[in-house]
Amino acid sequence: MRKLLTVTISLLLLALAGCAATPTAEQSGAAVEDRGKPVGPPGPVPAKPTPDSGAKPLVDKPLGAAALKDPGNILSRRSVYFDFDSNLVKDEFRPLVTAHARYLQQNPGARMRIEGNADERGSREYNIALGQRRSEAVKQMMQLLGARPEQIEPVSFGEEKPRATGHDEKSWAENRRADIVYQGE
Amino acid sequence: MSLPDDTSQGRPAMPTAIIRPMKTSWLHRLVCAVAILIPLAPLSPARAALTIEIIGTGATQLPIAVVPFRAEGGLAQQITPVIAADLARSGVFRTIDSGGLNPLPHEPQDLNYSTWRARGADAVVIGAVSQLPDGRYDVRFRLMDVTKQAQLAGFAYTATAAQLRLTAHRIADVIYETLTGAKGVFSTRIAYIVKKGKRFELQVADADGYGAQTVRWSDEPILSPSWSPDGTRLAYVSLERKKPVVYVQSLLTGQYQAVANYWGSNSAPAWSPDGKRLAVVLSKDGGSQIYFINPDGKGEPRRMTFSTAIDTEPNFSPDGELLLFTSDRGGSPQIYGMPVAGGDPRRLTFEGSYNVSPRFSPDGKSFTFIQRNGGRFNVAVQDMTTRQVQVLTDGTIDESPSFAPNGRVILYATETRGRGVLSAVSSDGRVKQRLSEEGSDVREPAWGPFPK
Repeated sequence: MRKLLTVTISLLLLALAGCAATPTAEQSGAAVEDRGKPVGPPGPVPAKPTPDSGAKPLVDKPLGAAALKDPGNILSRRSVYFDFDSNLVKDEFRPLVTAHARYLQQNPGARMRIEGNADERGSREYNIALGQRRSEAVKQMMQLLGARPEQIEPVSFGEEKPRATGHDEKSWAENRRADIVYQGE
Repeated sequence: MSLPDDTSQGRPAMPTAIIRPMKTSWLHRLVCAVAILIPLAPLSPARAALTIEIIGTGATQLPIAVVPFRAEGGLAQQITPVIAADLARSGVFRTIDSGGLNPLPHEPQDLNYSTWRARGADAVVIGAVSQLPDGRYDVRFRLMDVTKQAQLAGFAYTATAAQLRLTAHRIADVIYETLTGAKGVFSTRIAYIVKKGKRFELQVADADGYGAQTVRWSDEPILSPSWSPDGTRLAYVSLERKKPVVYVQSLLTGQYQAVANYWGSNSAPAWSPDGKRLAVVLSKDGGSQIYFINPDGKGEPRRMTFSTAIDTEPNFSPDGELLLFTSDRGGSPQIYGMPVAGGDPRRLTFEGSYNVSPRFSPDGKSFTFIQRNGGRFNVAVQDMTTRQVQVLTDGTIDESPSFAPNGRVILYATETRGRGVLSAVSSDGRVKQRLSEEGSDVREPAWGPFPK
């Protein structure tokens, strides 16, 4: 594991060195979007540091596994929220998805599960399928951003593991969610 | 009404036992063949019992008296209270009081038919219990027609003390079948999930909620239990591996194995009527699609649906030729039917924007499902031929309906005061029962098959 980590970090540093020299349009775009995005208070974003204060341009520092836990790093944000009966990844979550996609791209050994969730209304099995659709939507976006398909296993908990246990719109919104969990976490 | 707590009635592990009708000449009819009890694997009896409440009554109720059997007073498990409760719970019978008679009748010649006519009984059940030299019990009963003053049915059973309750259910089954023409389901079993704090338990109990046993438990959710057609195995979904995986567990040995654990999610198991395949929903190729697998998990899954939509909740017709499932290929979740041999799926539900969880009736002529009406989710039944829909329940969140094997009752999950309870509704919607376990959340019921 330690060896893997060392290799991963070395690869990462190499990759980042390349990035710093020739930032792609996508990367600078992401950084700008992170800082400047005035999208108002996004509804169900968890009470974590906002992207505005916390996110730094990815080129500024190396991305080791520690970044995944750093509350100041966007990679510590793991939840993508969805509207009712929707699997559309909303604009406000693009920076988050982009950052994780880039992490996967830069850490070819990294693996993650995306755990889709649904609110409690309706059939349990149908909600497993709805959660699956959400996790696959996030996966697809990450693939488009350079992650490899085998790095991401999209799964679903349906309505079975609610984060909010109330029976109101607020709880339901909290539970319409896909969570990113890295292997070994 | 709530039945007394009876926690000591866990079905013990026992060798295969036989309950057989006794071939004595005084029996007018001999209907039952040899019946074999299938014991559950030695698993922990669940501590609390489900209690049952009955709401509503049938269109016509048959008045029947169940007279306490001779010598049953000394038994740890009395027979006639179980018979009477079974009959009353069906909603088809009204039990007539047999109090105040001295002596109580136990044989046909003891019966004073005018007394029973005066009490309004159309039928009377009489019988006796006696202990055999080997410690087992001989339980015999007769069902007498008050008007014709004739015996309608009569059997004798040999049972161990642990089998007395099941014997009572079997007697109730004979009475139900003799008087209604439909097979009784009192000796069948149900499976369901109980959530106790953080713990999820897959339990199997008698159809009246007694004798609950925990078959499997986990700190991660368990859902979608499905009975094998012979009643010896359960397929279900567990999230214990941090994702949905389909398991099959033997109720005889308690052994279980993952049978669908592919990349992504694995869920919604349903047995084919011959028990040779499982329909499951896999996401290994992207999306949620229906596949057939072997119940032992061997071999390659065979993909059955090919859509970019959600296809889930498969259910076989009793003849094995048709598959029902839920799909949102038309924009909203609706129920579709598809020939198992191949052919295009056909949409079957058109009323409303949310129709899910289809389950065939045992005769294949209709299916039950959940329909959303406004903000409510209710149990409905649709006729396969006329497509006529009847909504049977009026709860807020009704889920997971399944037919009793005689087609007369539908078991489903609902909620009262934020707690999950099981309910049952007669297929005409008139009689409802509520089965609840104190302090627990009960959900995902599945009614087991007739014992083979």
